[in-house]
Amino acid sequence: MDAHTTAGPAPAVATYPISLRINGEQRQCEVEAWVTLLDLLRERLGLSGTKKGCDHGQCGACTVLVGGKRINACLTLAVMQNGKEVVTVEGLADGGQLHPLQQAFIDHDAFQCGYCTPGQLCSAVGLMREGEARTVAEVRELMSGNVCRCGAYPQIIAAVTQVMGLAEHKDNPDRPYLPGTVPA
Amino acid sequence: MNPVTFHAPQAHAEALRLAARDGAAYIAGGTNLIDLMKEGVMRPASLVDINSLPLDTIAPTEQGGLLLGATARNADTAYHPLVRSGYPLLSAAILAGASPQIRNMASDGGNLLQRTRCHYFYDIAVPCNKRVPGSGCSAIGGLTRQHAILGASEHCIATHPSDMCVALAALGAVVHASSEQGERRIDFTDFHRLPGANPERDNTLLPGELITAIELPPAGQFAAHSAYLKLRDRASYAFALVSVAAALDIGPDGTVRAARVALGGVAHKPWRVPAAEDALLGKQPASAAFEACAELLLAGARGHGQNDFKIPMARRAVVRALGQAAAGTIDNMHAAPASAGKEPL
Repeated sequence: MDAHTTAGPAPAVATYPISLRINGEQRQCEVEAWVTLLDLLRERLGLSGTKKGCDHGQCGACTVLVGGKRINACLTLAVMQNGKEVVTVEGLADGGQLHPLQQAFIDHDAFQCGYCTPGQLCSAVGLMREGEARTVAEVRELMSGNVCRCGAYPQIIAAVTQVMGLAEHKDNPDRPYLPGTVPA
Repeated sequence: MNPVTFHAPQAHAEALRLAARDGAAYIAGGTNLIDLMKEGVMRPASLVDINSLPLDTIAPTEQGGLLLGATARNADTAYHPLVRSGYPLLSAAILAGASPQIRNMASDGGNLLQRTRCHYFYDIAVPCNKRVPGSGCSAIGGLTRQHAILGASEHCIATHPSDMCVALAALGAVVHASSEQGERRIDFTDFHRLPGANPERDNTLLPGELITAIELPPAGQFAAHSAYLKLRDRASYAFALVSVAAALDIGPDGTVRAARVALGGVAHKPWRVPAAEDALLGKQPASAAFEACAELLLAGARGHGQNDFKIPMARRAVVRALGQAAAGTIDNMHAAPASAGKEPL
């Protein structure tokens, strides 16, 4: 890839032209090499649905789908994704119709503070596409890259497994949770 | 992140040429390198993105083994039908590591090159011989819960963080590497190095040398009796305190015909002791033999206070993993937390 050098006050910084299809829309950008996909989405394209949590791949709040696969947008450079198809939380709904997972999250009150929600939603879409989770325990394991520090896990698992058509799941059958409360 | 230039060569020779320059670093998945760049721990002047090179295939070898391309993704490798059927130990180890998002990005070659998660290595405000040679080791006498109990030196007690590499060590993989000087093959046990007086060098790659593939020996020998046991501070998405890759070949008479055991989380590299494996040969796969194996594996183990617990933990983990392997490879077609799996011991 050829770098461009921008004019203006010294020192000149190399930038790289990239083209991404984001939520169905073709976008052209010029980025410095060190701009992460997350920062490109949030800071330059105004797509602030994707959240910056830890910025080190540990919380999953920045999860997006690239080429249909879920990844941490904070741990990849925008320039490395040149030519790829990106779907963020803003691209999950079909027009005015919410994605079934979005509706299930509402139905199960799987939000609490809501900061992790966009990453949880994108991660769950990726999980379903991967087709490797067949049980509630496997959904839990394969959602473990998404950390919700306020504790909406039971509701999130309930929402995801409902959309997947898995048997109803309670974290602890003896102590069923109430939506909106944190199980003690 | 420091200012850096970016190159995406389309040809192998071009990649090698670009990487031979001072301050160049290859990037494939980037899941560890970008994190280290954000922390200022690694400050490459240029990045050589190798994702355009045709290195992402997983294909059988003429010898009946399997060749994992350097840029094949960890998730694609773990879920590959030939890995699942022939090398379930590798599949289990990869799925025990990181998160689905990271496994979707992280490359197989990069997994070998990931750097220690020692918090002193990550903290650029404190001395670390691995980060700044000769500056000292802050871990010794510090917080050592995650640190080495085997093979450490007075200069460094960091551990290698990979799960995949523990399985690759047990399976006897071979690393294919390429540089402007030519191609070469490196036995997995010779790939990572102990810290000695030069902990800044994690492995035996030459400057600018590129991992092109990882070769697995012919499948089948250990497929029926292998287990990856990972013990950590939470059920998922955490580095190992101790892990064990155990593989047995049990003959028709019920005794052990061949054995491989590698430990993770305990040393600067996956830890194997041939004598410990030999101690299992011809024995009934039962506790007495497993305990003898564990003793030999842990011979010379030394804690640093907070990680003393790892020594008995590793000993018991070896016995348990070998028991699981003897009982039969646990179906790891689907990732499930250890607590949900069969527990033969």
